[in-house]
Amino acid sequence: MIALMKRDLQLALRSGGGFGLSLAFFLIVVMFVPFGVGPESGVLARIAPGILWIGALLSCLLSLDRIFQLDYEDGSLDLLTTAPLPMEGIVAMKALAHWLTTGLPLTLAAPVLGFLLSLPSEGYLWIFLSLAVGTPALSFLGTFGAAITVGLKRGGLLLSLLVLPLYIPTLIFGAQSVTLVVEGQTNTSAFLILAAISLFTFALIPFAAARALRVNLR
Amino acid sequence: MELKVSNLGCRRGELRVLSGVCFTAASGTALILRGPNGSGKTTLLRTLAGLAPPDEGVVEVPPDSIAYAGHSDGIKAQLTVAENLQFWADVFGHDNIEDALDMFGLGPLADRQAQHLSAGQKRRLGLSRLLVTGRPIWLLDEPTVSLDTDSVAIFGRMVGGHLERGGIAILATHIDLGLDAAETLDISRFRATGDDHANPFLDEGFADWGDS
Repeated sequence: MIALMKRDLQLALRSGGGFGLSLAFFLIVVMFVPFGVGPESGVLARIAPGILWIGALLSCLLSLDRIFQLDYEDGSLDLLTTAPLPMEGIVAMKALAHWLTTGLPLTLAAPVLGFLLSLPSEGYLWIFLSLAVGTPALSFLGTFGAAITVGLKRGGLLLSLLVLPLYIPTLIFGAQSVTLVVEGQTNTSAFLILAAISLFTFALIPFAAARALRVNLR
Repeated sequence: MELKVSNLGCRRGELRVLSGVCFTAASGTALILRGPNGSGKTTLLRTLAGLAPPDEGVVEVPPDSIAYAGHSDGIKAQLTVAENLQFWADVFGHDNIEDALDMFGLGPLADRQAQHLSAGQKRRLGLSRLLVTGRPIWLLDEPTVSLDTDSVAIFGRMVGGHLERGGIAILATHIDLGLDAAETLDISRFRATGDDHANPFLDEGFADWGDS
């Protein structure tokens, strides 16, 4: 399974692997917001947590269909299924590799972009923490969607429609846990629920996605 | 060790393709599946590999013994030949890829990116993957497609060597590989008849009605 992780990271970093696409998209979306809503720092500061979270969510969505589709098309997924790896382990490794190549860079970039949106100083730590805790849930939920739509030609639209509703709780509690701090309130419960959502997806998604993959490979 | 199939029925999507397939393949033998296009060779191999559940009947096979090679080779274009092979070796818990590279003369190509390989070279890489799996039962779906005559001969020797070590090979191919211990099975006689487009929901829903 380590080998699978290593290969996925290697593929993402090589040319055409799509690493950096999500990050670039995130940068562009966030940098366009001041142009769209105007440069008043009061307005920007209020919407900054939400914008950063929506930007991260959309950039995450961008690379979801690569998780299984490429392996499906070149036959690797069939071969992996007959390999001595549990399907649940394959799914978990795929989701983790997706997070390392999209969620983690987004998390690291978010505080810097927070500066562009004049995010109040107490928000920097929490935008970093909330994305660090919340983006793994985005990757795992997305892996589930990718497992359901694998094998569909141009299933990207269906994938987005399936996954976006599942992202709503993560978005609400992720953005809340930053907004509350910026407004000077305590964010403990929002942050804990965010962490709970992530843990819930770690526990459940590998089994659900493995089941969906087996059905799709028939 | 043997692979035993009794009364197997296979489905491709909603379509019943094969029914009543029975055969046994013992250690050291090869079974060559014959049949016209669309007769279910691929479906049978996928069912044997466990990629599709059998419609009926059973496949008796020791656990973790099957290596499957389908139409696509599962090669990553951005990785080199050696990296591709090393990945599968790691997955199957082998460390030596040199023998597998040498078998098809891929040694000089080891550091080349797989996207620059020809179709035949890709196929040779895909087949050499079988050697690093260390699995005794090979299920091969049209393994000789896009191979030249020399490579076909090498492939024949590779399968021959595998059989001598006590392995089993089940091949869907139309080419004579010169294997001594090969039996031929014409699967067109197992073609499923009757309700081709059986609807599983309705079948299950009305299953009890027949008795009452």
